[in-house]
Amino acid sequence: MAIILDHVNHIYGGDTEMAVAALKDVCLTIPDGQFIGLIGHTGSGKSTLVQHLNGLLKPTGGAIYYNGRDIHDEDYNKKELRSKVGLVFQYPEHQLFEADVFSDVCFGPKNLGLTKKEAELRAYQALRQVGIEKEYFYQSPFDLSGGQKRRVAIAGVLAMQPEVLVLDEPTAGLDPKGRDEILDQVAKLKEETGITVILVSHSMEDVAKYVDRIIVMNHGSVMFDDVPREVFCHYRELEQVGLAAPQVTYIMHELRNAGLNVDPEATTLEEAKAEILKALGKR
Amino acid sequence: MGIIRTSKLIYEYIRRDEEGNPEGITRAVNDVDLDIKPGEFVAILGHNGSGKSTLAKHINAILHPTEGTVWVDGMDTTDEENVWDIRQRAGMVFQNPDNQIIGQVVEEDVGFGPENMGVPTKEIWERVEESLKAVGMYEYRKYSPNKLSGGQKQRVSIAGVLAMHPKCIILDEPTAMLDPNGRKEVIRAVRALNQVEGVTVLLITHYMEEVIHADRVIVMDQGRIELQGTPREVFSQVDRLKSLRLDVPQVTLLAYELKKAGVALPDGILTTQELVKALGDFAYASH
Repeated sequence: MAIILDHVNHIYGGDTEMAVAALKDVCLTIPDGQFIGLIGHTGSGKSTLVQHLNGLLKPTGGAIYYNGRDIHDEDYNKKELRSKVGLVFQYPEHQLFEADVFSDVCFGPKNLGLTKKEAELRAYQALRQVGIEKEYFYQSPFDLSGGQKRRVAIAGVLAMQPEVLVLDEPTAGLDPKGRDEILDQVAKLKEETGITVILVSHSMEDVAKYVDRIIVMNHGSVMFDDVPREVFCHYRELEQVGLAAPQVTYIMHELRNAGLNVDPEATTLEEAKAEILKALGKR
Repeated sequence: MGIIRTSKLIYEYIRRDEEGNPEGITRAVNDVDLDIKPGEFVAILGHNGSGKSTLAKHINAILHPTEGTVWVDGMDTTDEENVWDIRQRAGMVFQNPDNQIIGQVVEEDVGFGPENMGVPTKEIWERVEESLKAVGMYEYRKYSPNKLSGGQKQRVSIAGVLAMHPKCIILDEPTAMLDPNGRKEVIRAVRALNQVEGVTVLLITHYMEEVIHADRVIVMDQGRIELQGTPREVFSQVDRLKSLRLDVPQVTLLAYELKKAGVALPDGILTTQELVKALGDFAYASH
């Protein structure tokens, strides 16, 4: 069971002179339960790609399969697809609108046609999953901090009980603690429920820390698709397309050049620390 | 006297419920004394809701103090007559470039500010040219802003402020929405303005690596200045910053972790070069 993108193309304004190819022959398999980082410079096609995953955009060529079925078949239930593949847009807190936190999170499941009781149960569960305490349930969402608002917005999508959660830059504009809180909650949620998570991010450090697999987009094509360690080996090529490796990777390369016997491919702080201590003979 | 000065600055606003009835008073800026020298590069850090942006908006006369005073280049911001002069001396750049660009063509957008100030046409074009060159966007002068990347758009926004010949530029999270390359481009442009053109810079950010070159770092919490000093002084206090919901650059954190594990390193390492050198010294000493 998975999402499969089979030679997907997307051309914006194909019937005009301003045609732009935003996705070019993208082939990907996204199996259940992976934590995937999607990176790429502004305009590389990341957002276009994620909007294909729940059928918001239709490919101009190729096909997308969800659990074995073409999502653009005439009799395919798109509404159900959208509850299975939950998309959290950038700055999702701008989409909060209800008078209190709890009603806002209930909105999605109610729209699915669930009973009031069922919807409330799901809202309750979703809010717990993102770490929002009960005391906030009946406050106006607009009285919360930036990080809390964003977590409420994510709960709104979780309450639909998706099988795949796509987060488009969930930490933009948050303070460092707020960033860690959101990503820690998402990682915990993934552990507990086995949900597939696709994280679109501009932070190489975050991606290195959390995901199992990185997909790098460049000019609408998949440039790299591998585990973080392998992808960040190509840091020179990543720099050429507006990206970078995590800071520690650079540190390790410099240390190696300076003659310290460390593995330069460490991508997280913990790995780097262990490597340096080993090289210094401390462990 | 400093180019930006605040004395016992307090800003309060009234919270209201759904019907508009007052619920209480929030003090967003609390007793802030600030004195920024001409040509200084000052960074402001603080968690969401710590009062950074509220403070910044006072310097541009968008907000007025509830108590205390703000002077920009010697002018009191509460004096209505000074408002236009203040906004010309202290230009502001915001988070989202798409909300700040209005022109159809890059050079027209940059010319908007000086045109509004009544600068003669010939001089407007001179200013547009020098501003775009200062941020490295001159070759894009005939482009439509829609065709630019986030980092490029943000540099156009900065050029738009520069064309008004400000003495000081305030940037409120200018890189929050950008990819790594865009962030680098913008920070490089800001540093060049400060060092080459001598423009005073006040940079608000959540990215710790962006402030290591600042002359001074100010950390805000609950509307107050909680901590200030050189980047090295501030980033030496890893635990303190973490308790303020902040962080330190990754290289500083790595050095801190190594030190905790028994490696003799100095506090407040800020760059990769410093860490490499310090570890080299250590390896040498232990042989």
